Amino acid sequence: MTSLVDLSLLEMSAALRAGEISSRELTLACLEQIERLEPLLHAFLTLNPEKALARADAADGSLNAWRKEPDRPLQALLGIPIAVKDVLCVADIRCTCGSRILDNFVPPYNATVVERLLAAGVVILGKTNTDEFAMGSSTENSAYGVTRNPWDFDRVPGGSSGGSAAAVASCLVPAALGTDTGGSVRQPASFCGVTGIKPTYGRVSRYGLVAYGSSLDVIGVIARSAAEVVLLFTLMAGHDPLDATTVDLPVPEIRLSQQAGHEAPERAMQGLRIGVPQEYFISGIQPEVDAAVRQAISVLESLGAEVRQVSLPHTEYALPVYYLIAPAEASANLARYDGIRYGPRQPAAEIWDVFRRTRGDKFGPEVKRRIMLGTYALSAGYYDAYYGQAQKVRTLIKRDFESVFQYVDVVAAPVAPTTAFRIGEHGDDPLSMYLEDVFTLPANLAGVPGLAFPVGFDSHGLPVGMQLMSSHFREDILFQVAHAFQQVTDWHLQRPPLKPDTTQLPGIDRH
Amino acid sequence: MLLTLEEVEHIAELACLRLMEAEKERYREQLSAILDYATRLQTLDTAGIPPTSSVLPAHSVLRPDEPRPGLSLEKLLLNAPEAKDAQFRVPLVLD
Repeated sequence: MTSLVDLSLLEMSAALRAGEISSRELTLACLEQIERLEPLLHAFLTLNPEKALARADAADGSLNAWRKEPDRPLQALLGIPIAVKDVLCVADIRCTCGSRILDNFVPPYNATVVERLLAAGVVILGKTNTDEFAMGSSTENSAYGVTRNPWDFDRVPGGSSGGSAAAVASCLVPAALGTDTGGSVRQPASFCGVTGIKPTYGRVSRYGLVAYGSSLDVIGVIARSAAEVVLLFTLMAGHDPLDATTVDLPVPEIRLSQQAGHEAPERAMQGLRIGVPQEYFISGIQPEVDAAVRQAISVLESLGAEVRQVSLPHTEYALPVYYLIAPAEASANLARYDGIRYGPRQPAAEIWDVFRRTRGDKFGPEVKRRIMLGTYALSAGYYDAYYGQAQKVRTLIKRDFESVFQYVDVVAAPVAPTTAFRIGEHGDDPLSMYLEDVFTLPANLAGVPGLAFPVGFDSHGLPVGMQLMSSHFREDILFQVAHAFQQVTDWHLQRPPLKPDTTQLPGIDRH
Repeated sequence: MLLTLEEVEHIAELACLRLMEAEKERYREQLSAILDYATRLQTLDTAGIPPTSSVLPAHSVLRPDEPRPGLSLEKLLLNAPEAKDAQFRVPLVLD
């Protein structure tokens, strides 16, 4: 029997409207799934069962009233449980950012994306694990312990939105919010075999997002298919007077065909030009990743898309550019954590010692590393050589995309050079960890949208992800292509072999 | 190595971070390796290339200056490590 938690978001919504299930039943089913699997996964930092059930009951009230008057409009996601990455403010629920420096912080207001989704009727079950302040590619930098990959508990789920990706992959929730500064939605989506969007920079309001790299940060969505991701994306996107970096452009209605068979996907691929950038298919890449992504591109080609070789010549410079610009912005953004207005305070007689001790003791190693790197890159005498030069090379990376998108509609590439790596594999070698981000950083530097989705498995049974990128504000094409692919393939329907009785697996370090 | 221990201490002071001795040596090694990797950017000729600080067209965003309700004082002080008389309490700044 299919359990409620295995249903797609669309099926959940239909069943709720039809009165076949209640939001309370659905919420309880998710909470039971969390209770069973959370000891293995550690996807959540804070759970919110009482408030979630109260919201679910309210949703059931609205659903019952609506069924008596079905001509009235109904909230798009009424009664649907979701999770939120713990860098986004949800009023009156602890927000740690995976850091000890915010271990007791309770935001007094909602992020705009949270506000919009609550207005659409969602039930927030809790806050998901993340690398500290979203700085990392594995969740190993969380001060509260690593999240485990549902496909292999010895491996990382990716990061920084690893808690959200693991929660969605193991059906703890049908959808979750993530953020993507250098790949933090796409890479965990890839490692966990789920679908995730990094929208165009400026498309989604960041009011209520704890800032990391302000010229790069974007809020995205992770779910099990493009057709589900698009529902949340459409509700979240659009101008917000509370975030001056949001762009005042209409959000297009993205219609994805629900028909099965080849006809609809073939229509969607009509005239579509896909660029395959040679710089993303390099010798260091895991051969099974290369093969699965090429196979996926040929599936799109067989549906009628035209495939062209393209070049994004400055791709190799994205990594050093990112690891100067993002830490520089982080060093400014994280200056606010001083132990005065929120968070714990390390006592000292002198105020400057309060700052130094609170920050030195409560920030984790990766956060301190990036703050120092950014401080150095911005400091007198080094600014031009590091930060200034990085900003100029960023222009070259952006121009690469602009010129390619004159000839193709989307660019298709691997999300990461490998599948999920082992916990501890990168040890205390930050540079080797940074190299995991090599294929996701360019989209953030150029501000273009990217969508990651599963396209196969390696020989260890770990998911392989492909990403599609398009020009600014053309998320609609990404969804159309990914949805067409998911109509003719079933990679996105594969679930990790999680069984309640696997909680007795030997060798699992439980939290 | 690109960085000296004194430079690491100087950066930590600028960033207002108290570091343990072992941390200083580790950061010296790791930051040096990262900065060394970044020197490849110097090989690119960027003469005449403008810097990108934001991918969006730069423009000032203005809104009407109208009063609207904010959060209550009580809520704002809820997260304060120390508060007194509706204010944040801090150690002595000036004698």
